[in-house]
Amino acid sequence: METYVLLGFVLILSIYLGLELIAKVPSTLHTPLMSGANAISGIALVGALILSTDSNLQTAIAFLAVTFASINVFGGYLVTNRMLKMFKKK
Amino acid sequence: MEFMTEISSIQNIIYIISSILFITGIKMLGKEDTAVKGNFLSALAMFIAVSVTLIDVINPMVLLSGIAVGAVIGSAIALRVKMTSIPEMVALFNGFGGAATFLIAWSEFNSIPDSLFQHILIMITIYIGGVTFTGSLIAYGKLSEKISIAKTSIITKVFTTLFYASLVFLIFAIIQPVTPSVEFNFFTILLALTLLGGIGFVLPIGGGDMPVVISLLNSFSGIAAAFAGLLLLNNVLIVAGSLVGASGLILTIIMAKAMNRSINNILFVGYASSSSSTSSEEQGEVSPISVSDAYLILESASSVLIIPGYGMAVAQAQHVVRELGELLEENGTEVKYGIHPVAGRMPGHMNVLLAEANVPYDVLAEPDDVNPTMDVVDVAVVIGANDVVNPSATEEPGSPIYGMPIIEVHNAKTVFVLKRSMSSGFAGVQNPLFFKQNTRMLFGDAKESIGGLVSEFKE
Repeated sequence: METYVLLGFVLILSIYLGLELIAKVPSTLHTPLMSGANAISGIALVGALILSTDSNLQTAIAFLAVTFASINVFGGYLVTNRMLKMFKKK
Repeated sequence: MEFMTEISSIQNIIYIISSILFITGIKMLGKEDTAVKGNFLSALAMFIAVSVTLIDVINPMVLLSGIAVGAVIGSAIALRVKMTSIPEMVALFNGFGGAATFLIAWSEFNSIPDSLFQHILIMITIYIGGVTFTGSLIAYGKLSEKISIAKTSIITKVFTTLFYASLVFLIFAIIQPVTPSVEFNFFTILLALTLLGGIGFVLPIGGGDMPVVISLLNSFSGIAAAFAGLLLLNNVLIVAGSLVGASGLILTIIMAKAMNRSINNILFVGYASSSSSTSSEEQGEVSPISVSDAYLILESASSVLIIPGYGMAVAQAQHVVRELGELLEENGTEVKYGIHPVAGRMPGHMNVLLAEANVPYDVLAEPDDVNPTMDVVDVAVVIGANDVVNPSATEEPGSPIYGMPIIEVHNAKTVFVLKRSMSSGFAGVQNPLFFKQNTRMLFGDAKESIGGLVSEFKE
């Protein structure tokens, strides 16, 4: 239980940090920020990699989870990069 | 065994480094000058975290092939997508992230949770992940116009009911004590109801409210990842997931404020369809204008403000708009773009389209920047925008959109409205702007109309 309390503490601090960091983003960057954040949520990939593969069902679930998360990661970062490269100053 | 614990502490240390990179990356993503680098740092953080996890996985072949398949599909979509389709693509990727956390929680459930707290965490993660998954798929369908089911149709009502049922069932699942004999059935019902509930969550929400929905689903996918991190006792999942949850939440709030509506109103009420009685006849007549007359006025203007909306995206007119802007500048006219935060279908949608057409981002201004000087603007050119320039928002206390911050183009000397027909905007509210003395309607496809102006300038 103590571990959960500690990790819960990390969770709350991180949310607070995120709110502080992103509060003043210019509206020009809203779409790339969303798409970049979307790529970061692909961190579920790390979670998917440590799932158990004891049974066929569990292996199938792990495989699907890894695949879905990878689509999110690769697609998200690539498209964000593509978008950001288009932003130019006068 | 000692070797294993060593590996896991090395992993944890690397996860901390990766978390720091994520934090720095997302911070840099918030500034124009550093955004590309920020995205790269965050990708590096992801690479490090994934690599160090791969060191001691049990079944590397299965997992690596999953990564390979995902990499191919993800890259293929990302490199091919057109900039006008970015909103639906972000929704789609977001859905895949949600699906991954949904599956993680499912797998953890199959491994038999060993405490009530874990049981609760699993239920919540399943729910958020599942709703994000199917909700995002519906958002994808709506944005790409593959799904168009009316809010009032029976299908929407059935799914909305299922959404509320899924919420009730989630509470039931949480308080349900862990009793293995009935587990399978109730858990299968939860999985199914969650997925159906996600459909019901997004289905009734209209296209113009999509900027809010996408932001919220984005936030959900982060929160789901953070909860999966709690479940798996993994700190990098918690940190990265929380950052995404926070950024989605901020965008959700910014979008709701830009519409002057509560998040509750957007998600569960929608616009009251009260537009029926405010008839258009009492508002007078509209004055149409031809392309050549519009050219003459633009040619002598010294300051022009362009206000793009979703119609510009639909007509794919961003490139000719940029060309017109350049010709006006060559002609000695000052050109600015007024971008409303909810113009288009996702936060910042117009900015991306104009960036694609090579419009520099420093001529893009927000409503607060352009409204105070609106009276010195000679011509405001409204391209496929409607509700965000509707003066009812400031003039008619009874209007459903009253109080929404708008771009006050009606205060400009002349307003050109480029529009296909006289239909009302997403909110279903008549726009008195069209009937104002200083408004001229340029009917037709935006791309053709602007193209016509461009060729007049070139002659």
